[in-house]
Amino acid sequence: MSFPWAQQYKPTTEFGQWMDDRLPVGRLIYNSLGAGYPTPRNLNYMWNFGSLAGLFLVIQIVTGIILAMHYAANANIAFDSVEHIMRDVNSGWMIRYAHANGASFFFIAIYLHIGRGLYYGSYKAPREMIWLLGVVIYLLAMATAFMGYVLPWGQMSFWGAKVITGLFEAIPLVGKPIQELLLGGFAPDNAALNRFFSLHYLLPFVIAGVIIMHIWALHIPGSNNPTGVSVKGKQDTVPFHPFYTAKDGWFVGLALIFFTAMLFFMPNALGHADNYIPANPLSTPAHIVPEWYFWPWYAILRAFTFDFFFVPAKLLGVLAMFSAILVWFFLPWLDRSPVRSGDYRPRFKKFFWFGLVPCIVILGICGGAPAEEPYVMLSQLASAYYFAHFLIVLPLLSRIEKPAPLPNSITEAVIGKPLQQAS
Amino acid sequence: MASIDTAVESGDPAVSEPEIGGVRRRDFINIAAVSFAGVGVVATVFPLVNQMNPSADVLALSSIEVDISGIESGQAIKTSWRKQPIFIRNLTAPEIEAANKVDISGLRDPETLADRTQPGKENWLITLGVCTHLGCVPLGAAQGEVKGEYDGYFCPCHGSHYDTAGRTRKGPAPTNLEVPEYSFLSDTVVKIG
Repeated sequence: MSFPWAQQYKPTTEFGQWMDDRLPVGRLIYNSLGAGYPTPRNLNYMWNFGSLAGLFLVIQIVTGIILAMHYAANANIAFDSVEHIMRDVNSGWMIRYAHANGASFFFIAIYLHIGRGLYYGSYKAPREMIWLLGVVIYLLAMATAFMGYVLPWGQMSFWGAKVITGLFEAIPLVGKPIQELLLGGFAPDNAALNRFFSLHYLLPFVIAGVIIMHIWALHIPGSNNPTGVSVKGKQDTVPFHPFYTAKDGWFVGLALIFFTAMLFFMPNALGHADNYIPANPLSTPAHIVPEWYFWPWYAILRAFTFDFFFVPAKLLGVLAMFSAILVWFFLPWLDRSPVRSGDYRPRFKKFFWFGLVPCIVILGICGGAPAEEPYVMLSQLASAYYFAHFLIVLPLLSRIEKPAPLPNSITEAVIGKPLQQAS
Repeated sequence: MASIDTAVESGDPAVSEPEIGGVRRRDFINIAAVSFAGVGVVATVFPLVNQMNPSADVLALSSIEVDISGIESGQAIKTSWRKQPIFIRNLTAPEIEAANKVDISGLRDPETLADRTQPGKENWLITLGVCTHLGCVPLGAAQGEVKGEYDGYFCPCHGSHYDTAGRTRKGPAPTNLEVPEYSFLSDTVVKIG
């Protein structure tokens, strides 16, 4: 956490000194967000999405705590209590829409943050723990978002709960008892709704705890940067404050413009109209899809339409969907190339931009589309490439690729070589 | 000019900017940016706090109509308005007389019975059934309940006594039982709130 070139905290007031000897909060802030944390001087805008995701987590927690003041987790009145929030509670419509759209913005930030890590090799040594904790955060966020979506107890809520818990039914032998255990019944009802509410309230605080570890682990080696070259000394860094506090602050302002535009002008654009129909256990909506941030995984789930030897299609799809994310846990050891940044890996770059990115976009589109041709075929092709990318392309590239020459230092990459050498 | 060996110092990157009267342009930018963010925070916090105020469905309960035709002289009923008890009491002639005999200058909260009822309807005493001390429901409206030393209401929590006009006479209650806003829609229907 402390670099030899970091600026040292010196309390400026007598009270600051008194506190520093007893509870050094000021020192902690100075060393983690202040001038005491030296940060690579060449970070581009892709490095803004971590703090942005943090902001949206805060928005979710604040609006969520407020919604819980008015929401009733009871299958008989949950739907009505949400309508009560929308119609009767002062500014309730705004707080609920902020919570619903805030989830989407949290995932936008987190996906770009993950994409940044994938391209610039932020998962590689010595940052493996940061990456692994990040995957844990992502898994927790997905569980939280799913359970939150069940709470309004509309048609999509109900059938989402039924389908997702149905995934566990695919587990051989114990699948059915596990599904009944999760639901506390044979179909989603009061028991399921109450436990989902309880866990939906709990998990964001667990996420916040893992984020603290994520940042702690980050501050040991310090941030990666677009060159992937390690910081060699003070000249490669700028103090976090004021440079990145100001940059993060301005970017937060920009992101909030988009967020409020969604919130005030198209608050239901990312939702499903069917969820304004109260849950009906006797009728499934014609076209049932999860929220957009689950689409790629949903497409992988549905891509497996065939039995494979003795493994039924249903189990295959479930295994594939979970494996698609679990493979990230092995990524630091699948990609053995010593070069971090995709900027200096000509072949990796091509596979990233023309392989992985379009593959995930196609999976996303297919996941949101009905389960019919050509989407089934496309999902199958894209799923195949997705796994091939992580399990074949990356390990192979690390062996055969010839990386481009790396700059000697971050500063050289930014300002150019020293003049005396150039002349 | 920056070169490879120049470290970037912390603090204000524009320290070399010339000052005009001790003020730099960057000071203005700093103050303007932080003030703008401050206004944004206040504008955001307001609805987040205001949501705790009574919601529209709670405010919709703000007026009720009560049929009082069944209340005989000397009887009282309890009803509910804004989730709070309301006492509607049909005073007898002796009770009105007792209330009017009191010298109000000696009262803790000086009001006459006429102040607390409507002209021509002095027998209808309509008050909140909420003790002005700490909010318990006083006894005395239902038949058989203790009416206190002044034959009005008696609060069992901390021993406040109210007279036949609902005025505080003894005990810790600081003011008379509150008279809500109400009007007679007809001789038998009263609208409270």
